[in-house]
Amino acid sequence: MIVEIGHFALVLALATAIIVSILPVVGVHRRDAGMMAVATTGSLVMFGLVALSFAALTWAYVVSDFSVKNVWENSHSLMPLIYKYSGVWGNHEGSMMLWLLILVFFSALVAIFGRNIPETLKANVLAVQAWISLAFLLFILLTSNPFIRLDPAPAEGQDLNPILQDFGLAIHPPLLYLGYVGFSVCFSFAVAALMEGRIDAAWARWVRPWTLAAWTFLTAGIAMGSYWAYYELGWGGWWFWDPVENASFMPWLAGTALLHSALVMEKREALKIWTVLLAIMTFSLSMLGTFLVRSGVLTSVHAFATDPSRGIFILCILAIFIGGAFMLFAWRAPTLKAGGLFAPISREGSLVLNNLILTVSTATVLTGTLYPLVLETLTGEKISVGAPFFNMTFGLLMLPLLIAVPFGPMLAWKRGDLYGAMQRLWVFAGLALLAGLLLWYVQNGGPILAIFGLAIGCWGMLGAVADLWYRGNFGKLPVMTSLRRLKGLPRSAWGTAIAHFGLGVTVIGIVAASAFNTEHVVEMKQGQTTDAGGYALTFDGFREAVGPNYTEERGHFTVRSGGAVVADVWSSKRLYTARRMPTTEAGILTFGLSQLYVSLGDPMDGGGIVVRIWWKPLILCIWGGCLIMMVGGFVSLSDRRLRVGAPSRKAKPVKAVMEPAE
Amino acid sequence: MTRKQKRLAVIAGGMSFIIIAVFLVMFAFSQSVAYFFMPGDLATANLQPGTRIRLGGLVEAGSVERGQGSTVRFTVTDGNATVPVSYTGILPDLFREGQGVVTEGSFDAATHAFVADSVLAKHDENYMPKEVADRLKKDGVWEDGTGKGMAPAKDGTDQQTKDKTGQVVGSTTP
Repeated sequence: MIVEIGHFALVLALATAIIVSILPVVGVHRRDAGMMAVATTGSLVMFGLVALSFAALTWAYVVSDFSVKNVWENSHSLMPLIYKYSGVWGNHEGSMMLWLLILVFFSALVAIFGRNIPETLKANVLAVQAWISLAFLLFILLTSNPFIRLDPAPAEGQDLNPILQDFGLAIHPPLLYLGYVGFSVCFSFAVAALMEGRIDAAWARWVRPWTLAAWTFLTAGIAMGSYWAYYELGWGGWWFWDPVENASFMPWLAGTALLHSALVMEKREALKIWTVLLAIMTFSLSMLGTFLVRSGVLTSVHAFATDPSRGIFILCILAIFIGGAFMLFAWRAPTLKAGGLFAPISREGSLVLNNLILTVSTATVLTGTLYPLVLETLTGEKISVGAPFFNMTFGLLMLPLLIAVPFGPMLAWKRGDLYGAMQRLWVFAGLALLAGLLLWYVQNGGPILAIFGLAIGCWGMLGAVADLWYRGNFGKLPVMTSLRRLKGLPRSAWGTAIAHFGLGVTVIGIVAASAFNTEHVVEMKQGQTTDAGGYALTFDGFREAVGPNYTEERGHFTVRSGGAVVADVWSSKRLYTARRMPTTEAGILTFGLSQLYVSLGDPMDGGGIVVRIWWKPLILCIWGGCLIMMVGGFVSLSDRRLRVGAPSRKAKPVKAVMEPAE
Repeated sequence: MTRKQKRLAVIAGGMSFIIIAVFLVMFAFSQSVAYFFMPGDLATANLQPGTRIRLGGLVEAGSVERGQGSTVRFTVTDGNATVPVSYTGILPDLFREGQGVVTEGSFDAATHAFVADSVLAKHDENYMPKEVADRLKKDGVWEDGTGKGMAPAKDGTDQQTKDKTGQVVGSTTP
């Protein structure tokens, strides 16, 4: 019964979506406030209905109702409770439900917090959101309905894919989707602005918090996914340039560009047309990612099942929305007035450079991701484009950006002084080089190029410090005055510095983990010892263990440093009984920011086992940096200037600008 | 510089960055793209030793030989031809005899054996890499339904279940 209520709620949501798609637009046309107001209530109702529907599906999972086909295919009564919850989105239908839930969630947020957005703009934005919701509701109901029943009901489910039974997966998709789908708001704002044919700095001020929120969640989602792949797949890698990873990375890159260009637009009313285009492109890349992952054109962990009708359906959604948005853009963009002028060497100039590099890099990733698909469709030839391609193109193209980052905040708006910025930064550059050398030395050498890479990472970190240093005017004013100045800085300035600092940390992690990573593949028998990363590992043998829905062989290793036992580590091979599927659970030991990673291979004839041991220095910096970037995002988001519609806001300093010029 | 010259300089700078990117992409494609082959294609492919390719097919039953250390030898077949492969390292969890596999590496100039540096672990639920499945299906060696049969049968209670393609898969294991 509850399942049927969920199904019915979804159909009702579809009906609501149709209403919200049409009425507000008509209302804007006729200047009918009542019809425009439908957008707000309708969006809230839609969120309520989809949430109810999602809750019903979750309920079916939690009580293991195997009469629901989707539950039977992806759950098992013995599965731990948390995976029953996360199993809801661990499959195609459920993850589309999550996608939809987050989409209508964002619509509801716009409806609630967008109180001081002009009535017409808000109505249009919510209508565009409803169009997207409508498309995905149709997609779910017609091709991926999670509420289909089985008769007779099977007694036991088929279990969730074992590698998805992990805490990382429980939170990775919601975070990722909050980012992915969050960009839909930017898209809707862009389309609505084009429909109205009017766009100004206030528009950027409304769009920026959504961009920032989406970007922050996407950063978290990607980092989480990368860490999950790292510890769960047992290959020791943290990024594979897999098309599915690229699918989430491209919106992140474009979103980063959007974040920066919206800043220019907000402050200087320049780059308007470009910002609108970027907003459209970012969400288009999100939808393209959904298509790549969900249509089954790629086979991976993420493509749960392949069904051509779904692929074609999403492709149609993609064509309609992306094509439509670009047509609207081509038609309306020329009517938008160009904004403020600026010299090439200026804050705006540096942000344009940022945008140039980020979009070109996005384009190379897009090329590398789509080329094999296009080639296969056209010629039938199958090729693989892997890490070497992306390292050579993306890696090299990003270099100038990483070097340029610290200069940006040093330059003034309109016309900057590059020479002055250099004078202020050279001490920090010298320090960065020294720090790079020191890190390189501590890691016992390695490729000379690594010094350069590490120095660039340190440069990013120190550049952020320099930014705060000069904002506080340290060295010229008394320390206490400087500290007070720092305290008085807008949160967005802190957010920028923190995020740029995090970027530097991530770069250090990436460089160190690739340059100083050591890997040992050895055959070990019980009692044998092998050296890795300055530690001696002794294999003590196996122990059998039984989990709720798996059995495992746990290998025990004792880790010694200079003869003394420092830790012990368990690494195991699991066999999930329902699917007869083996998985490798790597044993990971953390030493500061570095990790020792032990993964088991196959048993050998002589009673030994192949063991793969990696020493991964500073690898935690990769995700630590992402975490710092995320903090930067949240700090910046808490800036009162950006809390446009925050309900508790008292002062309305931007009111005058935001009033619609009707 | 006048404003016009400045603007020109900016545009020229941007364009040259884009051109560099295009050249990089083209160069990287020529260097690092691996083509996919099945054993039967190799006779006509005229490959230079040392060219990186992806080799896919089924792991021939009974061909897996674990030598000293962590080097493994096995034979990849597509029903028409076979290729001996050697690989040093840990095989993915889903590597099994009779199952589909994709390996990446190159032919050794001296021994003419295929030396793989990676064996791909990505499979769909039928233990079949997509490239291999597509080709085997085309050649009629393998069908969707039999993929399930090749995987070890589900244990536990007797049950009759439908798999994703709608075919009935009965599995009765003692």
